[in-house]
Order: sequence, then structure tokens, then C-alpha cells
Amino acid sequence: MRSDVADQLARLPADEQKLLRPLVVTTPVFYLAAGLLGAIVLWGIIAYSLQVRFGLGRTGLNRPEYWGIYIIDFVFFIGISHAGTLISAILRVSKAEWRRGITRSAEFITVLVLGFGAIQPIIDLGRPDRLLNVMFHAQLRSPLLWDVMSIGLYFTASTIYLYIPMIPDLAIIRDAGIKAPRFYRFLAAGYQDTPAQRARLERIIGILAIVVIPIAISVHTIIGWIFAMTLRPMWHSTIFGPYFVMGAIYSGIAAILIAMVILRRAYRLEDYFKPIHFDYMGRLLLLFSLLWFYFTFAEYLTAFYGAEPAEMRTFWAKLAGPFAVPFWMMVLGCFIIPLALMSRRSMRTPRGTLIAGIAVVIGMWLERFNIVVPTSVNPRWEMESLGHYLPSWVELSILAATFSGFILLYMLATKVFPIVSIWEIKEGQEHSVRDVADRVAGYLPDPAAATAAAGRDG
Amino acid sequence: MTRWGMVIDLDRCTGCAACEVACKSENNLATVSPEQADMGRAFSWMKVMTEVSGEFPNTTMRFMPRPCMHCDNPPCVKVCPVAATYLGVEGIVGQIYPRCIGCRYCANACPYTVKYFNWFAPEFPESEREHLNPDVSVRPKGVIEKCTFCHHRLQKAREDARAEERELREADYQPACAEVCPTVAIVFGDLDNSRHRVHTLKSDPRAMRLMEELGTEPKVYYLAPRA
Repeated sequence: MRSDVADQLARLPADEQKLLRPLVVTTPVFYLAAGLLGAIVLWGIIAYSLQVRFGLGRTGLNRPEYWGIYIIDFVFFIGISHAGTLISAILRVSKAEWRRGITRSAEFITVLVLGFGAIQPIIDLGRPDRLLNVMFHAQLRSPLLWDVMSIGLYFTASTIYLYIPMIPDLAIIRDAGIKAPRFYRFLAAGYQDTPAQRARLERIIGILAIVVIPIAISVHTIIGWIFAMTLRPMWHSTIFGPYFVMGAIYSGIAAILIAMVILRRAYRLEDYFKPIHFDYMGRLLLLFSLLWFYFTFAEYLTAFYGAEPAEMRTFWAKLAGPFAVPFWMMVLGCFIIPLALMSRRSMRTPRGTLIAGIAVVIGMWLERFNIVVPTSVNPRWEMESLGHYLPSWVELSILAATFSGFILLYMLATKVFPIVSIWEIKEGQEHSVRDVADRVAGYLPDPAAATAAAGRDG
Repeated sequence: MTRWGMVIDLDRCTGCAACEVACKSENNLATVSPEQADMGRAFSWMKVMTEVSGEFPNTTMRFMPRPCMHCDNPPCVKVCPVAATYLGVEGIVGQIYPRCIGCRYCANACPYTVKYFNWFAPEFPESEREHLNPDVSVRPKGVIEKCTFCHHRLQKAREDARAEERELREADYQPACAEVCPTVAIVFGDLDNSRHRVHTLKSDPRAMRLMEELGTEPKVYYLAPRA
């Protein structure tokens, strides 16, 4: 760190010092990790260029296994993206005060992972050169087109929802003068934290938080509908919309937890990501593991009880057939591990939530696999031969590159933007403590009135 | 209104697969290597499905030629984001190869699995290259293709009829599979025209359609085997 920057940083209040430090100090470990991730991304780009040159034949896909890793990743990453916006919006709207430390890191997950999810179906296209046909020849009947629109809207909304609450922090960086003055002056958009500006800002955030919730829900509902609108066994199910939304939020919470544990360790954020945050997020994870079981059980029991032959072929392929391993690993990751860990207070710690979070992320990826592949390889018509699927190195490389690319971008984002909202922490310290006390008092009968009433009766 | 359709008599089908071969050569279907075929990447717009039942030596084999069903309510058409697959006015479900983006949603939506994808650029053996059908476009890599009821033949037949100033006759337009079928198991024509054979055959007591319960309204009828 340059000495003048160090001086400027030292003059700032304690919160700013701590939270802006990652913007100006970069450790060798960061460079090492970034280099490694960058190399994996490059490898994935090479794999993709081979696929573009020679055709989708470079994947393991075939007839009838038309959709594989890319579509699984599409559903998975867009699911993760529900972490931020939805969680932070719901927590904001419900005035959950403990949100203040974690909203920013969650919102960044949303915006960054959304792009990586949205490119998956493009990677999956046989003719990526004709992508714009979805505009030139748009056919509104197709659920894929609904998806193009809802993801576009979600990306726009969540980017605005990330940016607007960040403006006061950008102004703080501008005023501190620690880094790229013109860049932050531009982004801070003349914000001076006057009471009028602050009031307007909070009003916009309030509106955005409400608007963004239905948009987020529509996104994963429609992704579920892509499958549900077909007549394929175990896809054609009305539960898919809500099932996908629930799963998306679930994997999103798990992703936030993993990010929180790493950020806390890497940037020494113990004062902001406190044990109570892991406890509360762990409870949320517990709630969703139960919800996940409820939805999954309802879905499978309905298929099993109706016992349509076409449905049953896919059903048994998952429970006790070629897909039994991914199926039961999914149950382990999405239900048994998080339930066992998160139902114990002693496990709702950074370490415990990290283990549960990783289990859920893997489990949810497998859930997407178990939705896409078993139905694909089991055609409805019994005279048609069964399919098989072995992903090629090209698909696996692109899978690795997508994960790496997302982590890399997220890391880079922490170098440009404060990953904990500085002004919201301050606002919490200055106003919320009293506000909450007033609010709780407002829920209860007024002690004076109660005494008066008691006196009258007596 | 003309509604092109097909009736396939399963009692007459011997499983000779002449229809498959005729279709492949008529429609310039690409040839794939045995390894690719094992991966499930062979093309066969018309495919003779086989079903073996019973224990050896008392086995029976049944055959079922399967073209595109040309549904009146086609699930593939609904889901295509760019209208590259469409239902024509005379009931033929067509494909627009230069518009298809290769998302394969239609292939997943089709309950009859009749859609084929070009995983690579098409290849033809040296001996075939000079004999490709000039009336049918060779598909590029990355797009979906399927049976079209040989609708290029319809255009030609219609022009001929117009030149000769007469009505289009049943024999004028026959897809390659129906034309070559040695046992006349495959009959093709206008389902709504009472002078065409399919009009009567589709009302045969043996007539049924594949997965009728899905409401896709296929225009390919099968005459169930008597025994």
C-alpha cells in the first residue's frame, strides 16, 4: 500500500478503515487464487471454442439426451442468483435488522452469478450465431422466450438494486480519495448524503425491494415452466414453478453462507459477520431443508401414487435405477446433512454452516441433474430405446470455468466495492437501535393506559 | 381443406426398412460413423421400431414404422422460441433450417422423439456425394431436422398439375417411404378428401394413433395388427 493511501485510510473512522481496506490492500494469496481461477476460465474458453468450431458433437449429448450439463448449470446458477436480491429484499421489507451486514455480499452474488447462468443456454445452442433470432422471430408462446424476458428484467432490476444502495458507500470512497477518484466520482453520482438525498435514497430502495421480489420469483418459476410445459414424464408437473423457486432460494442461502465464511476469514470481518448471523442464516437453511423435503416428497408421492407407466420408468430410474447414486446423494446433501447439522445450535457456527452450505450447493446441483437427465434419457414412448449420458471433457471444462469465472469476478468485485454496506451499518448503530425499541413498544399495550384501565375496573 | 396424413397398416409391415432407406436417400440424411450411431446420433426420419416378445423359440417380432406424426396440435411448435418449426396450412409440420437456433427444446417437447439434431456438420460418403437430392437442402451443423412428409414433392406435384391444368391427384404426391413400401403398408393422402384411400382407412375399426390421450392429434394413423 502506498504511504499516502495508508495515511488517508488511517484518518477514516474505524468501520471505514476495516471495510475499505480490501480495496487498497491485496495479499499474495489473492493473486495466486485469481491466477489459478483465471487459468481455469481460459481453459474453458478453449473448450468452448472447440465446441463452436466442430459442433455440439464435442459434448456427450445425443438423442434423446438433448440437454445436459449446460442446462443443469443454467438452472443451478440462476437458482443461486436468488440468494441476494430475494433474501436481501425480503429481509429489508420485513425490517430484519440483522440483515445490515450481509445484504451487500448477497446482492453481489445475484448480479454476478446471473450472468454466468444466463450464458449457459447460449453455450448450449447449436447455432449461437443466430442468437438474435429470439428477437427477430420472437415467438411469445415459447417458455424460452418468457425466460429471456424475465431474466433480462431480473438482471436489470437486481443490478439497479445492487447499485442504488451502494451510492452512499461510493461517495464515502470518493471523499476518502483512496482509489481511482474519477471512477468513484462518476459512480457516486454527486451524492452528498444530505437529509433530502438520504430520504430519497431510502424511498427508492424501499420501492425497489418490493418490486424485485415478484421479478425474482417469476424468474425461477419460468425456468421450472420450461420443463413443466412439456409433456415429458416427471417434468409435466404443476409443482415445478414453486418447487424451483424454493430450491433457488435454498441454494442461494447456502451460497451466501459459503461466501460469508470465506469473506470473514479473508478480510477479517468477524465484527460484521457475527455468530448471530450464522445462527439466523443457519435457521433459514434449516427451514428450507424442511421445505425442500416437503416439496420433493409431494412431487414424488404424486407421481408414484398415480403410477402412470411412463412416469414410473423415470421414477424408478431415479430411486433405484441408474440414477440412484445422484438421487440419494441429493437427498443426503439437500435434506439429511443440513437437517442434522442446522437443527443443533452448536452447529450453527461459521464452520457448521459452511459444511451444511457446501452440502446444499452440491445437493442442489444434483437436484437439477436429477430433473434434467433421467427424464431426458427415458422417452415417453416405450418402443424408443433408452438414452445414456456421459458428459465430455468439453462440458466438464466449461462447468469448471463457469464456477471459477464466478468466483473470480466475485473476488474482483470485493476489490472495487465494499462488500459490507458501510452506511447501513452506521445507520443501524445510529438509528435502528432506538427505532426497534420504539417499534416493539408499539406492539404492546401502553403501560399507562393499562394501569388506568385497571384502576377504573377496581 | 387439405390435411395431409398417413395410415400405416401394421399387419402389412414386414419390417424390411425400405421406407427408412428411401427416406434417407430422398432427404439427404447425413451418414454417421458406427461410434456416433452408438452414441445415439444417427439420423432416421422414418424409423422402423421393433418389439420382440415371448421366450425363445416361441418369439414374435412386431414392427412399427415411425415418421413424424405431423400433429394438428404439435407440442414442438408451441415451444420453439423463434418459430423455426411451424404447422403449415395443409397440416404439415415444417422446419426452417436457416432460422433454427439449435436449442433443442422442440426435440424435448416431442413425445414421439422424432426430432434429430446435427451434432456435427453433415457428412456423406464419397459415393453418395454426387447423388444428393437437389430438391432438399443439406442441413448445416447445429440445427434440428425431421420428417417433412417429403413436402418438396408436393411443390413439384402441384406445379406439374397446374402446368397440365388439372386437379392434384392422390398419386401425384407421395412421400418416398409410401412410394417404396413393397406391401403398401404405408398409405398417404389427404385425410379430408373422400376420394383418397387414407380418408376411408383412418375410420377403420383397427385405426389408432400413438398416444392419442396426449391430445396432440397426430395425422399418422396405425391399423392395429389383427392378432
